[in-house]
Amino acid sequence: MALVFEVENISFDYEHIPAIRALSVQIEQGQRVALLGANGSGKSTLLRILDGLYFPSAGSVSCCGEPLTREHLQQDGFALSFRRRVALVFQNPDVQLFNPTVFDEIAYGPLQMSWPKEEVLQRVNETLAFMNISHLRGRPPYRLSGGEKKQVALASVLVLNPDVLLLDEPTSALDPRSQSQVVDLIQQWKGTMKTVITATHQLDIIEDIADRVLVMETGTVIADGTPSRILGDADLLLRANLIHAHRHSHVGITHSHPHSHRHADQEHQR
Amino acid sequence: MSRHSFIESTLRGFSRAFSNALASEHVANQPGLLQQFDPRVRVIGMLALVIAVVICRRLAVITALLLLAMVIAIASRVSLASLAKRVWLVVLGFTGIIALPALFTVPGKPIWSVPALSLTISAQGLRSCVLLVLRVETAVTLTTVLVLATPWMHILKALRSFHLPADAVTMLAMTHRYVFLLIETANQMFESRESRMVGVMSASAQRRVAARTAGLLLSKSVELSHEVYLAMLSRGFRGDVRLLTGFRMKFYDYAALSAFLFAGGAAAWMGR
Repeated sequence: MALVFEVENISFDYEHIPAIRALSVQIEQGQRVALLGANGSGKSTLLRILDGLYFPSAGSVSCCGEPLTREHLQQDGFALSFRRRVALVFQNPDVQLFNPTVFDEIAYGPLQMSWPKEEVLQRVNETLAFMNISHLRGRPPYRLSGGEKKQVALASVLVLNPDVLLLDEPTSALDPRSQSQVVDLIQQWKGTMKTVITATHQLDIIEDIADRVLVMETGTVIADGTPSRILGDADLLLRANLIHAHRHSHVGITHSHPHSHRHADQEHQR
Repeated sequence: MSRHSFIESTLRGFSRAFSNALASEHVANQPGLLQQFDPRVRVIGMLALVIAVVICRRLAVITALLLLAMVIAIASRVSLASLAKRVWLVVLGFTGIIALPALFTVPGKPIWSVPALSLTISAQGLRSCVLLVLRVETAVTLTTVLVLATPWMHILKALRSFHLPADAVTMLAMTHRYVFLLIETANQMFESRESRMVGVMSASAQRRVAARTAGLLLSKSVELSHEVYLAMLSRGFRGDVRLLTGFRMKFYDYAALSAFLFAGGAAAWMGR
């Protein structure tokens, strides 16, 4: 498979506070990758680097063989083609929704791509129907509930039908039904040419949304493997702060074992 | 005064800001006089009237322009009561304070004196004061009517079509968006503090809370503006405002533009 992203030994700091350190990774076309890590492990920063919003202070990143640099993204041809192919759904939907209505919000991307008016209208209507949010079309985004905002944010990038989707905590703050809708959506892309990179710390959705898991800790990848291998390595998950040693009593005997709240039912069944 | 009055009134203010924003969007999407014209005509037309107001030196002409602004407001479904509350009273308060000294400091024919304070109001002073207040009231009324009767993105696109720099338009677009985010954030901060508050809080303590919140909001606004800009870049923003509705001048747009320019020109000439 062709490489979509080639990241070589990159570092990135937030005003002298290191966020990414000597990170290298290659991502192939069609892969569904989960970036797994605790808060502050560098997942969101990596996604922003892959989306050409941040640029590493050291190392290099390329997308489909083209260098992902500030200078290269200032060229209209590459910028338009890159923004059409690669889309990022931000963790906080509020920053992503800046148009007066939901309809305008979803039409924003296609309009930036200078698509013909008829095509924009058709694609926006199709996306609204696909996401089951047609009833929200005239509403101002800042008046929506948290779950609705997340759905609109997702719709606003899906409308472009991007080849690469970067999702930053797509299921956080969603009710169970909306969460399963997002998971179903990512599952639909399995076996297609769409590359999906999802940053999350929710262990219970990993096997549904990813074929490959990169575990991140303090700005670097500490493990790379299949979901079953990563989720089966309790020591690794403990080290990455994704599970914790849970202490409790059974008939007067106190013992502890690795514990993830999301897997609480499964843990107790073991 | 209730014990949480300062914070409660701040919360009510945030809710009012949201309601006002929604009401503005509602007015802009209603059929009305201004709403039927091309946004570029609205911007140039109202700007021509504002320039005429600034140039005019005759009270009668400025009063006529204020009346014209009120007629345009009514025909564009902008409520005069809302204008009175949101514009006229506020402007009167602010400009009145600035203009008040002119009553006593501008030399001229005395018309009334305050013996106890040894102050005299001159006819010229009164005229200067009224002129300043009326000018500001009229200019702000015209601008407010334009903003209320035109979706914000249309105003931005119109400004861009007049070759206003893309950076300036971007700044305006982002300001509009994150003002709402900040209002919402401030609202949540106050609600969170309110939910944890026990006992009586003095008025000075409440003011300190409000000041601290304002400071924190300022820091957050910097971060938010950066995030919103990144989100815009991520979806292909390159500095231009692109809308689904293209602007197209029709016969009545040209007629309206001529009428606006004629009214502005005539007012400037008569009021010189």
